[in-house]
Amino acid sequence: MGVIRRHGSFVLQVNPILCDGFGHCAELAPDLVHLDEWGYPIISPDPLPLADVGAYESARYAERGCPRQALHVAKVHEGGAGTPAPRAGDGPVSRSPRPL
Amino acid sequence: MIEARSLPRLFAGAGTRPATLAEHEVTFQPAAARRALLEELEASGLVGRGGAGFPTVRKVQLIKAQRGHKYVVVNAMEGEPAAHKDHRLLSTNPHLVLDGAEMLAQMVGASRIAVCVARDNPTVVNHVERAIHERERRNLRGPAIDLHTPPWRYVAGEESALVHWLDDNESLPQYRPTKPHVLRIGRGAALVDNAETCANVGLIGRYGADWFRALGTAQHPGSTVVSVTGAVTRPSVLEVNLGTPVATILATAGADPDPQAVLLGGFGGAWLRGEDLATPYCNEALATLGLSVGAGIIAVVPRTACGVAEAHRVVRWMAHESARQCGPCAFGLPALADDLAQVLRGGPDAVAAVARLRERCGVIEGRGACRHPDGVVRFVRSSLEVFRRDVDDHLRGAVCAGARSTQHYLTVPALEHEEDLVWE
Repeated sequence: MGVIRRHGSFVLQVNPILCDGFGHCAELAPDLVHLDEWGYPIISPDPLPLADVGAYESARYAERGCPRQALHVAKVHEGGAGTPAPRAGDGPVSRSPRPL
Repeated sequence: MIEARSLPRLFAGAGTRPATLAEHEVTFQPAAARRALLEELEASGLVGRGGAGFPTVRKVQLIKAQRGHKYVVVNAMEGEPAAHKDHRLLSTNPHLVLDGAEMLAQMVGASRIAVCVARDNPTVVNHVERAIHERERRNLRGPAIDLHTPPWRYVAGEESALVHWLDDNESLPQYRPTKPHVLRIGRGAALVDNAETCANVGLIGRYGADWFRALGTAQHPGSTVVSVTGAVTRPSVLEVNLGTPVATILATAGADPDPQAVLLGGFGGAWLRGEDLATPYCNEALATLGLSVGAGIIAVVPRTACGVAEAHRVVRWMAHESARQCGPCAFGLPALADDLAQVLRGGPDAVAAVARLRERCGVIEGRGACRHPDGVVRFVRSSLEVFRRDVDDHLRGAVCAGARSTQHYLTVPALEHEEDLVWE
């Protein structure tokens, strides 16, 4: 990608519900992902610096290579742990409450 | 008005049938609209009674800050097989719970209240239905209260599974990457609170924070409801002052005076040794032992029982109750149960099984969408630690008498066939 990002860090997160244990991530990002005995990824929750371009790129490969799209790379900014990603629910508000 | 330092509070005026609205307003006074409800709630220091022990006011503030329509969800699912507190509360003082839910709705600005009771308990469903009907005739303003009856499953009472059910008729936990995470029904933010928490809010809204803090400890104020089961002569649901020694609670229920251990907090909880029964029953004292009040369950296991056998039955059932969404839970929990079965059989393979258990606990922890696997891991670790003598006996090949006996002390429901499990 060419650009060295000096600030901030990133973390590779897996949605365990979507994950079906294909194991592609462990091949695409062997430094970040290990598989447990059932073939599901074990990913360290500690953020890595964005300046580590090699790790960041392999995390992006793993994200794109996941057949269930269960992985995502989240940027972690200083001060806050997880990044509040924009959600569908934060958009414009519906007019009436949905009957339960 | 109830005296500040007297018990019962939540069960005040409890009879054999649920209190009608008129009776309820004689026991407690009619719910007057307090102005500074949120400030009172903050000053009261109420923590959730569903198991996690999260400060209720923080949840309320989080939902209050959301835009759009909001919902209050009263969680009376009672997923723990040994728990009876929410059902007892709803079959004695259902209006106190509904009062609290209305106050919470007023605080966050919610337009609808969903009361969730498992459909497997039709008596309680009937009581709640009548209580809601009584209130409907009384006040047409205010939030609408609906009754919902999801199927009973262990994880169906987990808040994201409950909201998923209300949103999409599936009792499956959701993935929440960020913390804190706002659960949504459609687009509306949902405030999920345990039925006992709502009942406590109903009291705080009436009598204020100072009244509430007259019982309990500084960090864990108020009274709480505990379900005492296991090796007791009177299995009972008791309302206790937080900070009462565990031994006193056990004596009230007529428990074995010298138990091997008591399970606190339910199947996702941990064991308290029989030697530590003088510990006060409140989160700040139990936290020093790595325990918590959890969902208010105390299950007594006597010295004659085998801890490994009890743990194995619980873990096998908990593995079966997994929603099978996440790999570490769907495959890991049955693996833990198999390892425990190996320890139970004893012999040369058991030593390897114990080492494998410890390792697998570390692998599974924190990798599910909900806290179900973490609860099982906590239970397994605590069992290996507290029942070390039983484990050692099994490792030596001397299978203890308790393991050969057919008497068990923890109530574990029968396993259903996997295809018979109902999630929607």
